Amino acid sequence: MVSTGLPQVGDDSRAGVANPVLQVEDLSVSLGGRQVLDRVSFSVEAGGFCGLIGSNGAGKTTLIRAILGLTAPSRGRIVVTDGTRSRQNPQIGYVPQKIVLEADMPLRARDLVGLGLDGHRFGIPWPKTKRRIAVEEMLDAVGATRFADVRIGTLSGGEQQRIMIAQALICRPKLLLLDEPLANLDIRSAAGVVELLARIAAEQRIAVLLSAHDMNPLLPVMDRVVYLADGRAVSGTTDQVVRTDILSRLYGHHVEVIHVEGRVLVVSGSEHQAHHPNDTDTFLRGP
Amino acid sequence: MLAVSWAPLFEPGFFSSEPVHVALTVGAISAVVSGVVGVFTVIRGQSFAGHALSDIGTAGGSASFLVGTSTLYGFVAFNVVAAGVMELIGIRKPRGRDLATGIVLGASLGLAALFLYEGTISSSTTGATVNVLFGSIFTLAPGIMNVIAVLGFVSVSLIAVLYRPLLLSSVSYEMAAARRVPVRLVGAGYLLALALAVSMSAVTIGAILSTALLIGPAAVALRVATRTGVAIAVAAVVGVVACWAGTLIAYDSTVWAGGNGWPVSFCIVVVIFVLYFTSGVVSRLRADPRPATTSDLGRFVEPVEAA
Repeated sequence: MVSTGLPQVGDDSRAGVANPVLQVEDLSVSLGGRQVLDRVSFSVEAGGFCGLIGSNGAGKTTLIRAILGLTAPSRGRIVVTDGTRSRQNPQIGYVPQKIVLEADMPLRARDLVGLGLDGHRFGIPWPKTKRRIAVEEMLDAVGATRFADVRIGTLSGGEQQRIMIAQALICRPKLLLLDEPLANLDIRSAAGVVELLARIAAEQRIAVLLSAHDMNPLLPVMDRVVYLADGRAVSGTTDQVVRTDILSRLYGHHVEVIHVEGRVLVVSGSEHQAHHPNDTDTFLRGP
Repeated sequence: MLAVSWAPLFEPGFFSSEPVHVALTVGAISAVVSGVVGVFTVIRGQSFAGHALSDIGTAGGSASFLVGTSTLYGFVAFNVVAAGVMELIGIRKPRGRDLATGIVLGASLGLAALFLYEGTISSSTTGATVNVLFGSIFTLAPGIMNVIAVLGFVSVSLIAVLYRPLLLSSVSYEMAAARRVPVRLVGAGYLLALALAVSMSAVTIGAILSTALLIGPAAVALRVATRTGVAIAVAAVVGVVACWAGTLIAYDSTVWAGGNGWPVSFCIVVVIFVLYFTSGVVSRLRADPRPATTSDLGRFVEPVEAA
């Protein structure tokens, strides 16, 4: 871990958080000969809200897929809750990146939540009172009762995201992984989703790991951050990580962290900003 | 009263004709199977694969014509093998799926060209071509009904077993994979069900037209149903109605047209098209049940009472 040469920030060690639900230790992943993740280590505790921040191509989706057991690491390990390997662990809820659902898909919002409960089982779902009540409670918990009987494809992005969250939570996981859930949402819907996730994390003691390229919508609720750049990561509390010196060492060139009216701007101060052309929010060009 | 008023619809001999019995039975079975499988075909965006399988079937149908067996066996053999090859080449990503389908389709149509040519040479008739491509439900041997029933049962059972994982992976392949659904196996099982469904509808309305029975009723269902189960039921009913009405029209047309009636496949496809058009009008006339939702985007800000 130390050999990465990256700053070891805060309580980053594996014994660091008091009640870890997810521990990623020294994780490296290569895809098609390219090193996508390079010795990444961090942990997330129960009830914690952790932002996985990085520009496009930084390795966020790869990290999430590795935690889900969909991508095999080339080194390191991932431990979820009780010491079992994540591949065998049912305790992970997952909301994948941008799902496109056609408006004529004959599936109501409540049907998708039901699939979250038993979609992996074979056979036709028989209507059971227990199942119906579980779905009803989950819809209520995410504030989706009003549009529960509508085709999922006709819902707005924010509404679909809430249904996806309900579908991921109905099995009562210990860890909730969300891949860019705010990507296609307007500011108000994004704030609603973030607030919902923070409430669920706190109430149900679920660890939330949410990837985003812009950390600003997460600032009110995020208690930890994993910052990815070029496959490497630093982690800690937001104040510990999002600092000029720490991020400069992560990127390998000078970046400036500026706080303006409650927003954090990470400003690239060298020519290397061409690596991150898509992050107009987080990365502003220097003079 | 009712019976009397309906009588002119049925030309004499309709109910006592054995070819009509076979046609109605085979039509109903293949329509139900096509409806069940077709809904998933449309949901999964695999209409091209469905269409390709029906075209691929022409190679099998023409081969069995050469050999001298029922075209059904040729359809089934070629479609099942083709589905397997498509799965092997890689059917997961839409692009790979199209490529795999296109490659297998091209090769099979080449074979079909060869077999149909050989068939025409050897029998000096174009009957084989018309029979394979456009079907002739009135010329089926009665014994084929049992085979169709068994194949239909297998296909529908496959879909019933795969129902939930299939639906989940249709929503999101990644989500299903993360839930440890054996997504490739589920996809392969579905393709097998599709191959059987297409083979049956190829016997009913011909290899070229079997897509109509697969996609048409499913498309009608998706316009009117909000639930998967309801959509499947609607598609099955629409398919059966189309097959029976088409069979009736074709039978009656022999009387109206003085001996040479319209092909039954044509009549079935026309009924499907009319139903599709009508369903479009119906779904547009129906009020959208969806409540106004733009106002509740910020509802989360309200405190939610603890349980």
